[in-house]
Amino acid sequence: MASSRNYDFLIKLLLIGDSGVGKSCCLLRFSEDSFTPSFITTIGIDFKIRTIELDGKRVKLQIWDTAGQERFRTITTAYYRGAMGILLVYDVTDERSFNNIRTWFSNVEQHATEGVNKILIGNKCDWEEKRVVSTERGQALADELGIPFMEVSAKSNINIEKAFYSLAGDIKKRIMDTQRQEEKPQPNVTSGFGGEQKGGCC
Amino acid sequence: MVGGKKNAPQEMIQVGSASPFWKTRSSASPSRPTATTHHSHSNSLPESSRTRDPLGRKVVGASYSHADMLKFEALSISQPKTPLTPSGLPHPSPIPGTPTTFNDFITDTDDDWNADLSKAETTEDILANKLLTPRSIEHRPQVSSRLSGGSRNDGRRTPSYPSTKRKGSNGLKPQIEGLVRDPANSLHMIYHPPYSPDTHTEAEIERINARIARINKFKRILQASTVDLPELRKLAWNGIPDELRPMAWQLLLGYLPANSDRRVGTLERKRKEFIDGVKQAFSRGPSGLDQAIWHQISIDVPRTNPHLKLYGFETTQRCLERILYVWAIRHPASGYVQGINDLVTPFFQVFLSAYIDGEVETFDPGALPKEVLDVVEADSFWCLTKLLDGIQDNYIFAQPGIQRQVAALRDLVHRIDAPLTNHLASQGVEFIQFSFRWMNCMLMREVSVKNTIRMWDTYMSEGTQGFSDFHLYVCAAFLVRWTDQIQKMEFQDIMMFLQALPTQSWGEKEIELLLSEAFIWQSLFRNSSAHLRNPASPNPKP
Repeated sequence: MASSRNYDFLIKLLLIGDSGVGKSCCLLRFSEDSFTPSFITTIGIDFKIRTIELDGKRVKLQIWDTAGQERFRTITTAYYRGAMGILLVYDVTDERSFNNIRTWFSNVEQHATEGVNKILIGNKCDWEEKRVVSTERGQALADELGIPFMEVSAKSNINIEKAFYSLAGDIKKRIMDTQRQEEKPQPNVTSGFGGEQKGGCC
Repeated sequence: MVGGKKNAPQEMIQVGSASPFWKTRSSASPSRPTATTHHSHSNSLPESSRTRDPLGRKVVGASYSHADMLKFEALSISQPKTPLTPSGLPHPSPIPGTPTTFNDFITDTDDDWNADLSKAETTEDILANKLLTPRSIEHRPQVSSRLSGGSRNDGRRTPSYPSTKRKGSNGLKPQIEGLVRDPANSLHMIYHPPYSPDTHTEAEIERINARIARINKFKRILQASTVDLPELRKLAWNGIPDELRPMAWQLLLGYLPANSDRRVGTLERKRKEFIDGVKQAFSRGPSGLDQAIWHQISIDVPRTNPHLKLYGFETTQRCLERILYVWAIRHPASGYVQGINDLVTPFFQVFLSAYIDGEVETFDPGALPKEVLDVVEADSFWCLTKLLDGIQDNYIFAQPGIQRQVAALRDLVHRIDAPLTNHLASQGVEFIQFSFRWMNCMLMREVSVKNTIRMWDTYMSEGTQGFSDFHLYVCAAFLVRWTDQIQKMEFQDIMMFLQALPTQSWGEKEIELLLSEAFIWQSLFRNSSAHLRNPASPNPKP
């Protein structure tokens, strides 16, 4: 498989959060740069790919999208284990989805690999007149959980790139730090990934 | 900027949405590198240009837009208005009366389902016939009307519903009261367009004659005072003519009594029971609803078949909400599970088609008299209930039915095509990753509603196991069909291919081929299903 590789890093991401918060729309915006107000519901899991450039390296993002409904939890938690980064998504116009973030977070603690990178995402931030969760509350929760935070809008294309890039950057940095510590150079990974990770979109 | 030269990097792969059949494919191949990275400048581009692939075709997830529908609204001069219920409550004028208790409701509604069900025939009888029966030809694959979707107008702020005006008439069939009362009345109302050698080719005339002959075969069975269900199954396996499908489905599912004397009474009673159940469920206003279930249903209904105009109409959405909610509260072990919203739509569409002329997928059911709409809704509810009765453990906690089906599919496909399963295993693709949805939504995310309806003719003919056992063989045939493509792919391409299979152009012919293949696998492997399913048997996985 190595022969067909056209990337320097492979990063596996996972989107979780309540049904209807816009996980699939965030992913569609990121992977295809499009938006539709009438998306279909996700059943079980979905899968998309995008290769990005981080500090001159090609990073392939393999992104797993999950169904938010409780009944699918059995199948979706099976994907926590392989994830290197997890986006916990809520809807700033839906209080319940925000309150459930704690549950999602503890699911992550329970099922995901230790040290997995996380980011809290408040979607639909363009929809000011319907907003019920303030940016401050989002930030406070993120601080409490000790994870980064970003408000985004898949519809208006606000911060979507930034969120994925930031998470990917954190993961790349963590992996490189781990590799350095272990002093176990991987055969397929070029050495010398110096430099700061750079979040945000270009 | 990373420039692609000979080994073009996959900078941004455009992936099909989960339901590929309704959208323009961005590419014939499952992955296709685009020319540039988009992330650096996407904000400055107009959305219309950003949602196109290099060939200029739309690649949005669902080709559907409220914007398009608003145009229709602007065009319509007068149309029947669906009463708006701001609270989302159905049947805004509850009839005062003696509300039955919920227990009464359940007790009453569970009786005599099977009173007329014949259990006489063996599956072998059916099997002996079905491969010999000529394939039906009256349903030529139709190009379903698809909205070419823009996505500029965001419908989420103020949901607006489209409305249509059908030219000339209201689009309803004549003698609608008779149809409502007894579906058998539809047998006398089948329209055969005139034809002559002057205006039609020989092939066309042959087709028309074959269609008439086939309709007459069905009529002979359906007109009997007691419908011969085994005969109906044999005939229906190869497809049911559109005009007769509403009645045939209701018979095959055991909703409509085979005995014609009991039909009118039974229908009246079941429909009233449903309407009463709705009244009761919604009697305490929005706050009296189970909030978790209601929330889920109300966010899923607008996301149901959004590519078809029929499902954008407010009347349709309110109907689906009531059906799903009443079903959910009556089945607390599963409750409402996403995917059930897909499963109700073939019923809704087929039963609606009984009362209208023309294309059902663009019809506004708001044009129907309330009595007729109630009947469509009630019949859809009961038939959905019958279907789900057979696959209940697909939707209960941990979805054991689906887990079992997925494991059985893996074992079955290994027997049919070991190189394929070996390749999937070597690439790390697990069956649950792609076939979970096949089981949860009965392949409805993989093929169009019209194709699903044709598949269900056969599923219902297979009896109570059609939606579980036979579906398994259909899934196997469906996967094996792509074996050549899949075996040339690596993990990521396989995953994306399986999520967006190229079935957009599928019509009746492809579906019938699939069903025939499934039938063959079933004939070969059914008798070994006992050890297929035995967890103690050696795992055939490589």
